[in-house]
Amino acid sequence: MKANAVSKSNPWLYWFAVLTALATLALIGIGGLVTSHEAGLSVPDWPTTYGYNMFLFPINKWLGGIFYEHSHRLLAALVGLMTTILAVWLWLKDSRPWMHWLGVAAFLLVVAQGVLGGLRVTLHMDSLGIYHATIAQLFFVLTCAIALFTSRWWMNLQTGRTGSSPGRSLAKPGPQPADGAMETSRPADKSLRTLVLTATLLVFVQLIIAAAMRHQHAGLAISDFPLAHGKFWPDTGAEAVARYNAERVSINAENPITAFQIELQMAHRVVALAILICVGIAVFCSRRCQSAERAVAPPTHVSGYESTVAVRLSLFWLGLILLQVGLGAATIWTNKAADVATAHVLVGALVLTIGALWCAIAFRQTVAAVYDRRTEARRSQSAATIGAQPAVTANK
Amino acid sequence: MKSGRVLEKTVLFIVAGLIGAGSIASAADITGVITLKGTPPAEKEITPLMENPDCAKMHTTTPTTHFYVVGAKGELADVVVSLKGVTGKSTGASAPPAVLDQKGCLYTPTILAIQTGQKLVVKNSDPCVHNVHATPAVPGNPESNQVQMPGGADLNFVYAQPEMFLRFKCDVHPWMFAWVSVFDSPCFCVSGSDGKFVIKNVPPGKYTVEAAHRKLGTQTQDVEVKDGDVTANFAFAIK
Repeated sequence: MKANAVSKSNPWLYWFAVLTALATLALIGIGGLVTSHEAGLSVPDWPTTYGYNMFLFPINKWLGGIFYEHSHRLLAALVGLMTTILAVWLWLKDSRPWMHWLGVAAFLLVVAQGVLGGLRVTLHMDSLGIYHATIAQLFFVLTCAIALFTSRWWMNLQTGRTGSSPGRSLAKPGPQPADGAMETSRPADKSLRTLVLTATLLVFVQLIIAAAMRHQHAGLAISDFPLAHGKFWPDTGAEAVARYNAERVSINAENPITAFQIELQMAHRVVALAILICVGIAVFCSRRCQSAERAVAPPTHVSGYESTVAVRLSLFWLGLILLQVGLGAATIWTNKAADVATAHVLVGALVLTIGALWCAIAFRQTVAAVYDRRTEARRSQSAATIGAQPAVTANK
Repeated sequence: MKSGRVLEKTVLFIVAGLIGAGSIASAADITGVITLKGTPPAEKEITPLMENPDCAKMHTTTPTTHFYVVGAKGELADVVVSLKGVTGKSTGASAPPAVLDQKGCLYTPTILAIQTGQKLVVKNSDPCVHNVHATPAVPGNPESNQVQMPGGADLNFVYAQPEMFLRFKCDVHPWMFAWVSVFDSPCFCVSGSDGKFVIKNVPPGKYTVEAAHRKLGTQTQDVEVKDGDVTANFAFAIK
C-alpha cells in the first residue's frame, strides 16, 4: 500500500497511542527525578530489586532514592507493555504498512531502552545514562508521532487539504498557480519549514548536551545566571576551576566540576539562544504567511485561514521555549532543585516533540500536495480522454 | 676463659644495643599544623536528611555539611598528609582494618586514609538500609555498589592501587558520602580538629610532604629527615 493510501481512523487505537505517549512523558518525568535526586544506583541490582522480583518489592521499602528508582522501573515496565500492545495493534489493524514498522520500531526502542537502563545500573557506567536519556526523548517523539498518525486529523490531512475537507491542513488554500507549481513551495512556506527543521535539530542537539550535563553527576558547573561565574564568558583555567570547586558547597555527593563541564553549560546557553531566535523568526514567518494568505483567499468554511494553525503552533512553541528558558534559569537559581530541574527536562521533551511533529506535518503536506496534484492531473487526463471518445466514434 | 666469654657477650650486647638505638634514633616523625586563612563558604544544612523519617529520628537538629572543619584560630582538619612518591612500601596486608561507619545516615568519618592491601570495613550502625557505592577513578580499583541492610554484615573493601579521595556514597541517601585516600606506604595521616598531623617513623632521607584538602587542593613542602623530628606547617587560603 502506498504512503498516501487512505486509512480509516480508529479512535480506540488513537486514544491508546495518546495514553502511551502520556505514560512515556510521565516516565521521563520520573526518570528526571531519579537523576535529579542522584538516585540512579540506589537499587544496585537489575532486573531484580534488592533481590525481589521487582513487581513484588514491598512498598514499605520504597524509601529515599529507592522510591524514585523503583517507581521508574515499574512505570517503565508499564510503558513497555503498552508499547507492545500498541505495536501489535498497529500491525493487526492499521492498513498502512509503514505504520506497522513504526510500531515495530517503537517496540524495539522500548526494549533497547529498558536494557540500557538495566546496564546503566549493573555496569556502573555514567555514560550509558546519556544514551538512556537521549533515547527516552526520541521514544517520546515516536509515541507522540504514532498518536498523531493514528488521529482523524492526520487522516484528513492525508485525504485532502482544501476547503472541502474537514481536515485543518497547514497548507494554504486558494487559487493554484497556473503553471502547476505547488503552493507549498512558496518561498515563505519553504523558509518556515526550514526554520522549523533547523530549530528541531537544534533542540535535539540541546537535549544531548543537557543529557551529557546531567549525567556527569557534577551538579551545577556554573552556579549563576545570566552571568557565568560572574563574567559574560567564564574563566576555565585550572586555577579558576579549583576556585569554583573550593567555593562550592553541595549537600549531595557530586563530582568536582571541570573546565569541560563549564564549557558544556556555556554551549547549552548558546544553543538555547539560537533556538529562541530560530523559533522567534518562525513565529514572524508564520504570521507573514498568514497575512499573505488573507490577501489572496477567503477563509475556509471550517477552520478559517489555514495558516492560523501554523501561527498558533509557532506561538505555542515559542511560549514553551520561553518557559523552558525560565525553567533553565530557575534550575540554576534554585541550585538545581530536583522538581525544577525535572520540569526543565519535561518541557524540553515537549519542545522537541512539537518541533518533530511539525516537521512530520510539513513533510506530510508536501507529500499530500504532490499526491493531490498527480490525482488532479490524472483526473483531468481521464476527463479529456472520455470527452474525446464520442467524437472519435462519430467520425467512424 | 669464662670471663673472656662474658666480656665477649657483653661487647656484643652493647654493640647490638647501639645499633638498635641508632636505628630507632634515625626514624623520625614529621609533624605540623595546618591552618586556613580567610573565611570558608558557609556549610549547608542537610535538609533532605530531616525529610527522611528513618534518618530524622536519629537527629535532634539538622546536620550540616562539613567540607571545612576549621578551629577558632584557623586550624584545619580533614587534610590528608602524605609523603609524595613513597611507593611500594605498603604494610596494608598486616595493618589493622580501617573502619567507615554509617551512623545517623551520615558517613563517619568523612575523610579517611588507608594503605593498599589494607582492609576497609564498612559498617551500618543505622536501623535503615544503605547502599555502599564505591566510585574509584583509578584503573585497578573496582567500582562496586552493594546493599547493606540494617544490622547486616560488615562489608569489606581492599584496594590495590593508590588513589586520592576515592568516593564512597549512598544513593538511597544522596547526601551521604565519604572520601577514602589510598596510599602505597604507611607514611600518611589525616589532620585532626586542632589542625595537627604526625607522620610517624619516617626513615632518614629527603621527602616531599603533600597536604591535600578535598576542596582546597594540594600543597607540598620539601623536608629532610635526619636525627630528630621535622616540622612542616601548611597554610591554605580561601582565594
